[in-house]
Amino acid sequence: MNWGGRTLINVLAPRIVLAVLTLFIISLVIFFSVELLPGDTAEAMLGHDATVEALATLRRELQLDSPAYVRYWRWIIDLLHGDLGKSLSSGRAVSDLLAQRLPNTFFLAGFAALISVPLSFVLGVITALYRERAVDRGVNFVALAASSLPDFFVAYALILIFSVHLGWVPPISIISPESSLAERLYLTGLPALTLTFATSAYMLRMTRASILSLLSSPYIEMARLKGVSSGRVIVGHALPNALGPIANVTALTLAYLVVSVVVVETVFAYPGLGQLFVDSVSKRDIPVVQVVAMVFASTYIVLNLVADMVALAANPRLMHPR
Amino acid sequence: MTPAPATPVLSIRGLTVRAERDGQPGQTLVDDVSFDLAPGQVIGLIGESGAGKSTIGLAALGYSRPGCVITAGSVLYKGGDIVHMTERERQLLRGADIAYVAQSAGASFNPAHRLLQQVCEIPIARGLAAPAKARENAIGLFQSLDLPEPQRFGGYFPHQVSGGQLQRAMAAMAMAASPAIVVFDEPTTALDVTTQVEVLAAFRRLIQSHGTAAIYIAHDLAVVAQLADRIMVLRHGKMVEYGDTRDILERPRQPYTQKLVRERTRKFAAAPGAERDERLLTLRNVSASYKSFRNVVHDIDLDVDRSDTFAIVGESGSGKSTLARVIVGMLPRQSGMLELAGETLPASFKERTREQLRRIQLIYQMPDIALNPHQTVYETIARPIQFYFNPPKDEVRAQAEELLRQIELPLEFMTRKTSMLSGGQKQRLCIARALAAKPDVMICDEATSALDPLVAEEILELLRRLQTTHRMGLVFISHDLGVVRRFCNKVIVMKRGAIVDGGAIEKVFAPPLHEYTALLMSSVPQMRPGWLDETLRARSQKQTDAIAQSAA
Repeated sequence: MNWGGRTLINVLAPRIVLAVLTLFIISLVIFFSVELLPGDTAEAMLGHDATVEALATLRRELQLDSPAYVRYWRWIIDLLHGDLGKSLSSGRAVSDLLAQRLPNTFFLAGFAALISVPLSFVLGVITALYRERAVDRGVNFVALAASSLPDFFVAYALILIFSVHLGWVPPISIISPESSLAERLYLTGLPALTLTFATSAYMLRMTRASILSLLSSPYIEMARLKGVSSGRVIVGHALPNALGPIANVTALTLAYLVVSVVVVETVFAYPGLGQLFVDSVSKRDIPVVQVVAMVFASTYIVLNLVADMVALAANPRLMHPR
Repeated sequence: MTPAPATPVLSIRGLTVRAERDGQPGQTLVDDVSFDLAPGQVIGLIGESGAGKSTIGLAALGYSRPGCVITAGSVLYKGGDIVHMTERERQLLRGADIAYVAQSAGASFNPAHRLLQQVCEIPIARGLAAPAKARENAIGLFQSLDLPEPQRFGGYFPHQVSGGQLQRAMAAMAMAASPAIVVFDEPTTALDVTTQVEVLAAFRRLIQSHGTAAIYIAHDLAVVAQLADRIMVLRHGKMVEYGDTRDILERPRQPYTQKLVRERTRKFAAAPGAERDERLLTLRNVSASYKSFRNVVHDIDLDVDRSDTFAIVGESGSGKSTLARVIVGMLPRQSGMLELAGETLPASFKERTREQLRRIQLIYQMPDIALNPHQTVYETIARPIQFYFNPPKDEVRAQAEELLRQIELPLEFMTRKTSMLSGGQKQRLCIARALAAKPDVMICDEATSALDPLVAEEILELLRRLQTTHRMGLVFISHDLGVVRRFCNKVIVMKRGAIVDGGAIEKVFAPPLHEYTALLMSSVPQMRPGWLDETLRARSQKQTDAIAQSAA
């Protein structure tokens, strides 16, 4: 591959532009798909017996009477100015809700990632090193089985074992802003474990596959022929070249993790973004639903961008041009 | 010539290696080969691809490629049999006692690490030298191998240095732990001829100064002859002949060896000149470039007649393949004129008519890549017949059969997948595919370079015969001046995208030679042991003269 005279910035700039464009398209999709739902916020708020006059008044108040594209424009301009709107059900600013919930979700996702990323990386290297042997088969079987089960099933199974039978942890993870770090870790143990089960298998198998795919390359044969030990061949010669794809998969898995938090938070009644999302949908609190969906989408896109950057940075041809 | 002393450093006895698939024994790759390597001695292994020479080289390190198994014989080193050692014992021998230099340094260096780290890895990992001492040794090796800026060289990544430098760095890596034996596996095959001379000289100096014994593997007898004390000729895994280098070159006993020795000397009949010759291809001031580079070829003038075998020669990067791409329109020219039989051709193939496309056909260096492995031989040939002429079905069949006859492949090959053919057969098929279009000009881009020498000779003969019967102009792109001189009647010599020399073969290759042509000529290995020394002496003499001249 010849990178010509391209620098990291040259390679990244188009990707960043594309990411912004994607986010814009997603905002369109979110806004107009909510628009497609039957009924509107006014109806949802006033219920079925509302009079036509009352509905009309409320619509005027909420500015629901202007055409959709005008409202979209208003919404996106407000978003860009940092005004996320007001919750219809509670009347609180959406930004306040986010400020409360977002850190909780990132805490849970971060905790899960802190377990699953090193775990799957190490297991991936070990299974590559002992490929086709008992360790490899065992780890792969467990990982595959865990990732094939739905998140909520794993969650309830864990609750059954650790809360109901063993009584080590409470079955729900209600934390308050006053909770200490130790308390938080204790209470989020089960949801984090659930997420680890859901995400590790993919990272582990990709780590293993990326390393193994390099083992037939000439420089690996050369490393063997120059007398490098088999462990060093994997760790010192294959792994550095596999870092790009592995980092890529890790970032993608993390994006998946932030999204699968929705189900897990609901099961454990954890006060995070996912729970807020589900609640808002059931209450037809459209401003909140839209903003939370945008937050999930942005997280996904940013993590994808990070994945690209890491993969590029792991390429010595780009970091050390001729 | 070193007389063989009593105790060899490495002794291979009755070595037999077989291919194995799913536990079932298959083809025999190496069949009962034995030889002794004395300390400081260099043994050359020579043969075409599939002769088993690399397999023997790897067996000397106790290594067999996946799918190969050493089924009999022994490799004795310091009283131990490497074949029956544990993997751990073998691993400790590799690098420290027996080292390996691979064919493609570009692929064999780890792209993620700096050169110095890779060169010093084994001495440091085995505790043979302290890191600082190992680095110092490596820099010394870089210096003795004539690498530029030895102090800084190790700080580069593999992709940052040239192919010739990388190949020398690999020799440095092999010598880093001062092994008793080095196995060189086709180390100069991927290099340009001019680079090859320097790398060969550096290798020889290195093993001589360290007193290292070596197994030198190559398919080019002339190259092996420059380094080896003794040469073993192999074919189909069996030893054909084994003897002192001079004996092999001057008094070969076996017919196969005699053919190998003669290979560079065969003369080809000239293509018959026509009574009324016809100008086919005319280029005037043609320049072209790729997006990110400036002018890859510039100001090219050339004229090819129907009776011509027109050579374009130069080193890699000289723009000769690019010129072929410009002629067929895959890389549109940016300026200049390109005419085929008086008719101006559009720059891009996309704008050319089917008839214009038909009249120029291209044959590539790598027949493996140029053929679709999932197609049969018939599909491969029938496609251009249908595309250009679209005759009735039985006529397609008849023409395909005729083509197969002309390239001398049996008719039962029609239904075979192209992936089942050998390298030479694949190249024949590529020729048939080009021939199916009944072209006026056939461009052969290094069409024989990837083939074994004897197979290459057969392909050249075939090309000449087809050229005579079909009356087409041949444009022959090559880096091998030896072949060009025997096969072509006109030549241009390219360097950095421009023509530096050209004309009729007899004129270009007769003194006084153009400086660059002379350099290329002197770089073509010759079948005598002293060639490398003479070339190096002549070059250093020239340098001294040049310095003296500039001083005067």
